[in-house]
Parts: sequence; structure tokens; C-alpha cells
Amino acid sequence: MLAFLLRRIAVMLLTALCLTFVVFFLTNLQPNLEKLAKAEGNSRMTDAEVTSFLETRGYARNVFVKYGEWLGVLPGFVIEQPDGSVRGRCFERADSVPPDAPAFCGVLQGDWGYSSVFRDDVGSIVATRLGLTAKLMFWVMVVMVPSALILGVLAGMREGSRTDRSLSTVSILSTATPEYVSGVILIAVFASSAVGLRWFKGTAASAMENATLENFLLPVVTIALYGTGYIARMTRASMAEVMTQQYIRTARLKGVRFRDIVLKHALRNALIAPFTVIMLQFPWLLNGVVIVETLFNYKGFGWTLVQAAGNNDIELLLAVSVVSVFVVLVTQLISDIGYVYLNPRISVA
Amino acid sequence: MEPLSWTGAFAPLVPVLWTALAAVAILALLRWIAGFFLSEGDTQTQSDGTLAVTRGPLEMLDLATWWALLAALAVVAIFVAGGAALAEGAGILGAMSRRLLPVWIALASTFALSLTFKRRLGLYGKLFDSTIGMIGFALVMFWVFAAFMGAFGLIVTHDPLGQSGAMKNELPGMPYTRMLGEVAEGSYPYYLLGGDNLGRDVFSRMIAGSWVVVQIAPMATAFAFMVGITLGLPAAYKGGRLDELLSFLANLILAFPVILLFYLLVTPEIVETGIPAYMAAVMFLFPIAFIAILLNSRYRTRPALNTPLLIAVIGGLGWVYLSLISERFGPLDILPQALDLFDIPGGILVVFVSVVFVNSPTVFRIVRGLAFDIKTRDYVAAAQTRGEGSWYIMLWEILPNARGPLIVDFCLRVGYTTILLGTLGFFGLGLPPESPDWGSTINDGRKLLAIYPHPAIVPALSLLSLVLGLNLLADGLREESLRD
Repeated sequence: MLAFLLRRIAVMLLTALCLTFVVFFLTNLQPNLEKLAKAEGNSRMTDAEVTSFLETRGYARNVFVKYGEWLGVLPGFVIEQPDGSVRGRCFERADSVPPDAPAFCGVLQGDWGYSSVFRDDVGSIVATRLGLTAKLMFWVMVVMVPSALILGVLAGMREGSRTDRSLSTVSILSTATPEYVSGVILIAVFASSAVGLRWFKGTAASAMENATLENFLLPVVTIALYGTGYIARMTRASMAEVMTQQYIRTARLKGVRFRDIVLKHALRNALIAPFTVIMLQFPWLLNGVVIVETLFNYKGFGWTLVQAAGNNDIELLLAVSVVSVFVVLVTQLISDIGYVYLNPRISVA
Repeated sequence: MEPLSWTGAFAPLVPVLWTALAAVAILALLRWIAGFFLSEGDTQTQSDGTLAVTRGPLEMLDLATWWALLAALAVVAIFVAGGAALAEGAGILGAMSRRLLPVWIALASTFALSLTFKRRLGLYGKLFDSTIGMIGFALVMFWVFAAFMGAFGLIVTHDPLGQSGAMKNELPGMPYTRMLGEVAEGSYPYYLLGGDNLGRDVFSRMIAGSWVVVQIAPMATAFAFMVGITLGLPAAYKGGRLDELLSFLANLILAFPVILLFYLLVTPEIVETGIPAYMAAVMFLFPIAFIAILLNSRYRTRPALNTPLLIAVIGGLGWVYLSLISERFGPLDILPQALDLFDIPGGILVVFVSVVFVNSPTVFRIVRGLAFDIKTRDYVAAAQTRGEGSWYIMLWEILPNARGPLIVDFCLRVGYTTILLGTLGFFGLGLPPESPDWGSTINDGRKLLAIYPHPAIVPALSLLSLVLGLNLLADGLREESLRD
């Protein structure tokens, strides 16, 4: 088990390194840097001014070196400016290198850089935004997981029955409704003056401080809806498979009540597969979060991703991608470990 | 001119429809609850060997639900058929039904032909044994026909990009005027589903949007399948280092949040560097490689046939490939203008590439999983004993036997690709801003959603119905392919 874990974590770190490098490379391409220079300086800079802007701020160097500095394994750059002062990665512009300035300042040292859009420290932005999104995700999970499992178990316990067919249709319908469709429909029905049912609010901006049913239900339901159908279908398939097993037949022949068979014999075994599916849903939910936060103007992590990507805010975008890649990989790991733990038939030696 | 009402002459039928639908819902709920307390009617074997079921209260409820459902469907059928006959006389629904008349005819003839010959049509024919599959197929074919006919100018009522100062945010059924008070002679007199925030016709944009999806989604999915199959089969069959490397790469792409990837690939700055064009150049090689290997592995023992066939296929596809990737003044300006068959309009190629890129790793994993299972079968061992080449075994022994799950997944994946295209449009990535595709239209419409929901609701429901159709079709196919 330990070897398996170590191997998985090693692969995970390698994946994270590769992915962050890809993001780093793409955000540091020449046209992106020129756009950054024009956004930071002024939009009417000449080509020569852009070049000198990029050179004095350490952008015009080898991408591997820059990546190493960002990561914190190479010492931060120190560049002498045309006017004699120096500018470095790890300190503000000064006449000479400050004695207390650290040599390394990258992600490994906990320095995530500075956001050029929000004019703030990347670390603190990501922390606040993640907190807001965690609140959203918590309620999504509270709504989505029980409803999906109940739907799936009800449908799967009598395969082919009327309940099964109608619930399966419901779950197909929900998987066919991406967030930007269900969100639009829900807002139009429950929050617009055109239909008249003004039960909820079409924006969740006020839910950031004070989440109430009125301003938070629609975004939560919108995200939950898309995932519910998928998890329900997986639960149904796994439940239906369990119900054909020999030990269920034995229990039925012994005369155990159907309800007891479902609750005591089938349920635990039927929930192994949905557990991994729920874990693997996180990357998808991330997608949903981005769409819903944009649609409902909830300024969380997904909204930050859109802002960072739309404005080529390099360091914020990198931090966002590190976090999201980390979430994806950790949930994959948990799903694998959980699968092994829950399923006695599988063992990793 | 008066604005059109929704149902016009059929207005008295609307309460009937609502009553029938409410009856269906209430009766179904009652049936479900009653199912816990009452037992079903007894089955008795009669002396001639047939079964008879006694009618209990549950069976009566079933029958009532069924009749209510039939009544609702009959009203809907009257709306469609009567609307096609009466046109504007039957309100907005009637006028739309008249505009969609070619689609109804095409759908009806497709179904008539398929149902007549369904026993001779293999898996496609079997689809018509499943109600779910038929509903899904009808929804999908509705949009396919509407898209093609719309592209030939049959259904659309106005130019999907044409703006009108007088029609901004007008409600469905408003008479069309180009400017205030000015009646446009000769053009269609109404905006059937209203106007959007720039005064464009929502109905025409809906039809034009389906053309964008129908053009890109199946092709992109097919490309993703070719990439996934060409890499997934050897990964599973050969295993070892190759498998590890390819799986690692696939997982790498899968660990990337899709939206981040889109933002990184589809922004104008990245397009300027030519990275999507180079990716296209690599990815479009896979179909050629796939087809060439497919033919070569089959006919390599017959050089007299094989050589000319390969030359023709590679030459033809290569020309298409070169004209596909080479773009005038683009990053890859390889082919001289005279030889360039066609140019893909800006943005479409980038969208296409990124959608293929996102889909291929999943297809790779599915193909790899299926091939792992199939390569242990006896017929594979038999082919190995005969001394067949490994590509022959992969493409002509393993692949055909994995077709069932792959066809089902193809349908699902076209739906997923439609959702991805919508996501791209929703974030305003790739396609031009005035593009009528559903995602961009939803994005346009959502700003005024609280006051004028119709410009966003129409494309949202269209996308929903197409994806739902594809999912139902996949479900029907899965059921029917599992049956034998």
C-alpha cells in the first residue's frame, strides 16, 4: 500500500509539474507578454518600449529559467535598470539589492507572486476566492450527493420497472442539461419579471457575505443538476448489478423483506462505484463552478479563473491552475484509495 | 399589423393540453404512491395456455395515465399538423410549423422508410424497436434536417446576422419592420420568436446555430475517435512502455480543467503564435494514418491492389489535409493559392482543434479499456497463430468487436461536444462575436435575462433538446445492442 501511495504521489507531482509548465509556457508566449506590457504600461507603447519594458522586468529571458524562479528552485533575477537602480524578483525597485531580500522566492517558498489585474497578492486572492467557492461546493455536495444516490438506488433496485424507467429518463434529462442551459432556464422561470415568479434572485453577488435561500439556491441547484444525473446513472448501474448477485437471491429465498435486502445487503456494495464517480466528478464540477459563478456573478474561484485568463494575469492564472490541477489529482488519488479500501476484492500489494 | 398570439385559431385547445398534462402528472404520481400499498392484478393461466391479468385499481390507473398522455400528444400533433396547414392563422406555433414543413416531411419519410425496412437495416433498424431510441433519433434528425435546410435558406425567415433598429428585444410574434414605421416589402412579416438585443431574428438564429453545431460536433467527435483509436489500440495491445507513456499523456490532458485549456488555446494571442495551427497539423494527420494503416494491414499481401489504393487514398486525403491546414498569410502557408481547395473560416479551425484535443484522451481511455478486454479472446489468439500482423489484429479483429460500446459512446460524445461548443460560445471564445451558434447567443441573451428571457431561452432549449436526443439515442442503441 505504501509503495502504491508513493508511486501515485510521484506521478501526481510529475503531472503537476508538466501541467504548470504548459500553463507557464503558454502564458509567457511573446504576444501574451506584449499584451501584458501594453496593459501594465500604456497601450500606445512602441515596439522598442515594449522590448525594454519586458527586459527590465525580467520577462525577456529563457522560459525554463523563469519557470525555475517561479517554482523557487532558481534564485530570483536581479536586473540593473537603465537609471542605475536595480529591480529583482524578490524585492521592490531599489538603489541596490536590499540585504534582507531572499535569494529564492517562488511557490516553494510560499510566494505566489502579484496579480496584475486585482493589484493584490496572489496568495491572498486565491485563499479568499477558494473560501467562497468552498461554500458553494459544500452546498452543491449537500444537494447533489444524497439526491443522486437516492435516485440511483430507487431506479436500480428493480431494474426495468416503471420507477426505473421514469427515474432513468429524469437522469438522462439532467445529464443533457449543461449549467449554462439550466441556469438560464432557472433564472428565466424563477427570477425574471417576464414569467413573474420572482421567488429567487438571478444574481448571487450578495451571497458572498450572506448566503440565504433566496440568493444561493439557484446557483447551487444549477451546478448540482448536471452532476446528479451522471452519479444517479452510475449508482443505478451498480445497484442493478448488485441486485443480480447470488447473495441477494439467497436472501430473497430466505424470505428477507425486500426493504431489508436493499438497505442491509445491497446498499453498501452498490455504493462503491458511485463513491469513485463522485470523486471523479470534481474536475467536472470545476467546469460547472466557472460557468455558474460567471452566470450568477458570484466572485469565487471560477470567476477569478475567467478574470485571470481573460486578462492574461500570468501569476494569478498559474496559481489558479496549480490549485485546480491539485484538486483534480488529489480527488483521483482519493478515489483510487477509497476504491481499494471499500472493495475487499481488490488489493494493491 | 397585429402581433401573433402563440396558438391563434387553436387557442381553445390550450386548456385541453394543460388539463391532459396535469392529469398525466397527477395520475402518474398516484400510480407511484399506490404501487406501495396495492398489489398488481393477478395473472392466471387459462386452459389454452395463455395468460390473463385481472384488472385491479392499479391497472385502471395505468390505463387512465396512458389515455391522458395520448390526449396530450394528440393536441400537440394538432398544433403541428394544423399549424402547417393554417400557418399564421394558428399563431406563432402554426407559423413555425409551416416554416418547418420541409423538416416534417423529411422526418416523416425517414421514419416511414426505416420502419418499413427495419428488419434489413441491422443495428440501425433495431433502433426502431425501442421507443426511447426512436424519440432520441427523431430529436437528433429534426435538428440535422433543420440545420441542412436552414443552410440552404429554406427555413430561416430573416438573415440571422441582419439587425433591425425597430425590433430590439421585441417579444415573439411581433410584425417585422426594419426601421420604426417602415414595413419591409417582400420579407417575412413576423419575428416568430422575437428579436434579440440587436434586433436580430431569434428564430432564424436558432436554425443557423444548429448548422454550426451540425457542422462541427460530429466531425470533431469523429476526429477525436480516430486519434483515440489510433493511439488506444497499440497502447492496449502492445502494453509496456508505450502504454505507460500514452496513458500518462492522456491523464495529463484529462487533469487540465477544460475551461482553462480553452482559455489558454483559443485566445487571439495564442492563435497569433500559431500553436493551434500546429496542433491541427499534428491532429489531422491521424485520420490519414488511421485509414492508410487500415487499408495497408488488410491488403498488404496483394501489392497489385494495395499500392495504387494507398497512393490514391494518401494522395487524395493528403491534398485535403494540406488545404485544410494551410491558410493564406497564416502560420502555415504551405500550399500555393491555386491548389488550396478551401479555407476554414477564422476561429472555426481553432474551436475544432481544441474540441478534438479535449475529447481524444477520453476516447483513448475507452478504446484502451475495450481492447484490453478483447485481446484475450480466442479469435485474437487464432489470428496471432495465423501469423497476422499486429495492426491487422488491432484494426480488423479487435476494433470491429468493440464497435457496440464505441457507437454508443460516439452518440454520447457528440452530445458532450455540443455542450463544449456551447461552453466556448458562452465564454465568447473562438467563434466570431456575431456568430449565431447557441452558446454565443445564450451569452448575448443572459445580460437581459431578467427582463427579456426569450433570446436566451430559445437557444438554451434547442441545445437541451439536441443533447437530450443524442443521449436518448445512445440509450436506445445500448439497449438494442445488448439484446443480442
